[in-house]
Amino acid sequence: MEPQVVIARRIAQELSEGMLVNLGIGIPTLVAKYVPQGIHVFFQSENGLIGTGAPPEEGMMHPTLTDAGGRPVTALPGASTFDSAMSFGLIRGGHVDLTVLGGLQVDQEGYLANWMIPGKMVPGMGGAMDLVTGAKRVIVAMQHTAKGATKIVKKCRLPVTSLRPIDMVVTEMAVITFRDGRATLVETAPGVSAAQVAAATEAELTVPSQVPVMAL
Amino acid sequence: MQTVSVEQSVAMIPDGSTLMIGGFMAVGTPERVIDEIVRQQKRDLTLITNDTAVPGRGVGKIIGAKLARKIIASHIGLNPETQRQMMAGELEVELTPQGTLVECIRAGGYGLGGILTPTGLGTPVEDHKQKVEVNGKSYLLEAALRANFSLVQAFLADYIGNLSYALTARNFNPVMAMAGDTVIVSADNIVPVGVITPDHVVTPAPIVDYLITNS
Repeated sequence: MEPQVVIARRIAQELSEGMLVNLGIGIPTLVAKYVPQGIHVFFQSENGLIGTGAPPEEGMMHPTLTDAGGRPVTALPGASTFDSAMSFGLIRGGHVDLTVLGGLQVDQEGYLANWMIPGKMVPGMGGAMDLVTGAKRVIVAMQHTAKGATKIVKKCRLPVTSLRPIDMVVTEMAVITFRDGRATLVETAPGVSAAQVAAATEAELTVPSQVPVMAL
Repeated sequence: MQTVSVEQSVAMIPDGSTLMIGGFMAVGTPERVIDEIVRQQKRDLTLITNDTAVPGRGVGKIIGAKLARKIIASHIGLNPETQRQMMAGELEVELTPQGTLVECIRAGGYGLGGILTPTGLGTPVEDHKQKVEVNGKSYLLEAALRANFSLVQAFLADYIGNLSYALTARNFNPVMAMAGDTVIVSADNIVPVGVITPDHVVTPAPIVDYLITNS
């Protein structure tokens, strides 16, 4: 299984009936493909849509129905549209049950850096700071390492996105949760040992004696 | 409300003006007003807008023509030219979290001095800003934003200027319509009064100063 698919499928297991969910760009977007059968969730696009559906068939796109990346989407039955003030009222006001975002670094206290690399990449934070600050639950979807370097560090070296720690990070190797400023390994990916996860992680990691394997 | 041609609407805008421009990745951006700004070469503009789209689209056209002196936006990552001008020191860029940006615009239009938000605390966004504690929780004080002109794209405008918007082309438009000293509207469709029923009017007619006529 592709690393991105492992991550997306595992995060999809966190969805439950009726949730309002905001997915970031990149791996998080894939989560929508793996919603468990029989469960209905509302996906929000920060540009003003609840009920975001899959991209339309060729030739059926509409220029004023797009996702937060400006790509054509569909609106599912029961969808609603609203202005950006309400969209961010939903986000900052704690009405979004879950957001799934990409990450550059996550540290052992759960702080996330995902919006800039000083001197290199300054795209702007868009909605990321509001999402991390305001959503009820924050899950980060990212690869465990980048160019051989771990992305799960002791202390973020990049500027953080929010003072609010994330709840969970899911990588192609592991599920790690953050509670009371501590990182705990809660699951490993199939074929990956807890020792391999620890070796690929700079953060101090609490490793229980028994670590279950992701049920994908 | 007055009706004007797109040429007349842009001719009203002096060089050096601050413009709020609706749209999200150029969806819901008044493209024909942007094209006319570029044609009339309006200079030294300050733009308050969610993003700078991509080169050749929406606000990206103004950036490409180097007519902006400063932008206040939440995201410029999909327009390499904006980043290039910023790095080269040709363009001042103030990056603001999207929820803060829209809420500061809303405050500007609703007669408030600013907003208190937890977003941006502990990040470079808080630099040089006052922190305020309310009921034991910390917030950043973010000042309200207003503009000389708001450039709005609606889906429907009726003959007297009531507006409604389409799907995700709504975004910043109705919020910005409240926060500009002069509000210029371009609409996909101009319709008789009554076509937009009272419950479906999003921006009430008295807010609109100029409606651009069909050419």
